[in-house]
Amino acid sequence: MSEQKIIEIEVLRYLPESDQAPRPEVYKVPFTDDMSVLQGVQYIKDNFDGSLTFRWSCRMAICGSCGMMINGIPKLSCEAFIRDYYPKRISIEALGNFPIEKDLVVDLSGFIEKLEAIQPYIIPKEPRTVEEGEYIQTPAQFADYIQFTSCINCTLCYAACPQVGLNPDFIGPGAMALMHRYNMDSRDGGQARRMEIAASEEGVYNCSAVGYCSEVCPKKVDPGNAVNINKINAGKDYFLRFLSPKGGAK
Amino acid sequence: MSKRRPYVRSMDGWWKKNPFYVEYMIHEGTALFIVAYSIVLTFGLVRLAQGEVAWNGWLEAMKSPLSIIFHLVLLVAIAYHAFTWFKLFPLTTPPVVINGKKLESGLIVRSGWTATIVATVVSFVIVWGIAA
Repeated sequence: MSEQKIIEIEVLRYLPESDQAPRPEVYKVPFTDDMSVLQGVQYIKDNFDGSLTFRWSCRMAICGSCGMMINGIPKLSCEAFIRDYYPKRISIEALGNFPIEKDLVVDLSGFIEKLEAIQPYIIPKEPRTVEEGEYIQTPAQFADYIQFTSCINCTLCYAACPQVGLNPDFIGPGAMALMHRYNMDSRDGGQARRMEIAASEEGVYNCSAVGYCSEVCPKKVDPGNAVNINKINAGKDYFLRFLSPKGGAK
Repeated sequence: MSKRRPYVRSMDGWWKKNPFYVEYMIHEGTALFIVAYSIVLTFGLVRLAQGEVAWNGWLEAMKSPLSIIFHLVLLVAIAYHAFTWFKLFPLTTPPVVINGKKLESGLIVRSGWTATIVATVVSFVIVWGIAA
């Protein structure tokens, strides 16, 4: 039997009832090579301090709940492995650019509002009745947006985006990617309505093409690309209205 | 009463906290060297408009060691800017679909560089042609 390995995990704790500001606390966690950082955090809660608060659910990078800053990088803690950091200390902190609610839990209400604002559902071009049958879509039309459907709302891209941190009103990469997903759907006719958000002060032009959002995305959605394509779309929408009375810009 | 007290972390020095942000800031910063070079060229154009003596004076000034060092610094900074700019190319361009397949990002970057190299060579050939 090999010796039990121990890793130091430094957690940025914040208890709003007693702490004025977040403070680091170090735990010595025994681990095996198959343990994720999330399991390390669970070990702390089960064995050292039951008050440690964090979100998690599926443990397999599908639910998007367990995102946190691991050594300053936004990651899903269920797919980051302790063995990859050992023997150095792991520092974990709540996702960046969001207010900390408690310990590793952030306040996502701003993100949820942004998500609602972009109307993330199909707004049919021509509404059809049940009798008229289904909306038809070709595989090529499906391919136009499939990539952007993979978003799991984990908000790692928000934690990666300094513009979100500097201007919390910025709609941000994740919601923009979802907006693009519906705009690109051949069954959808809501682009003009969504353009009001895309081209607004909170919209695409807050993006300065840092590109880190796409880098950290665990689902390869490439939200940065969605934002930048919509800069072109918003530009076209603005200038083309001089040629045509259509377009959402007001 | 609610015990909620969401804590907002400071953004001070954000760009120093991640190598990715440092690269971004250097990329953005090197744009200033492009501005500097365009000012040098514009100044040359003004001197050209002022006549032969002024123009020859500008040409002499360009040959000074200080000017050559300055131009080498500009070259390095602008090359870095170009390198990181092309790296961002796939992020900023809409998808290019050829025969139903999306062009992969490496190819987009390489096509940008190819266009740059071709444009540079063509410019050199034209300038040399005029000079000869």
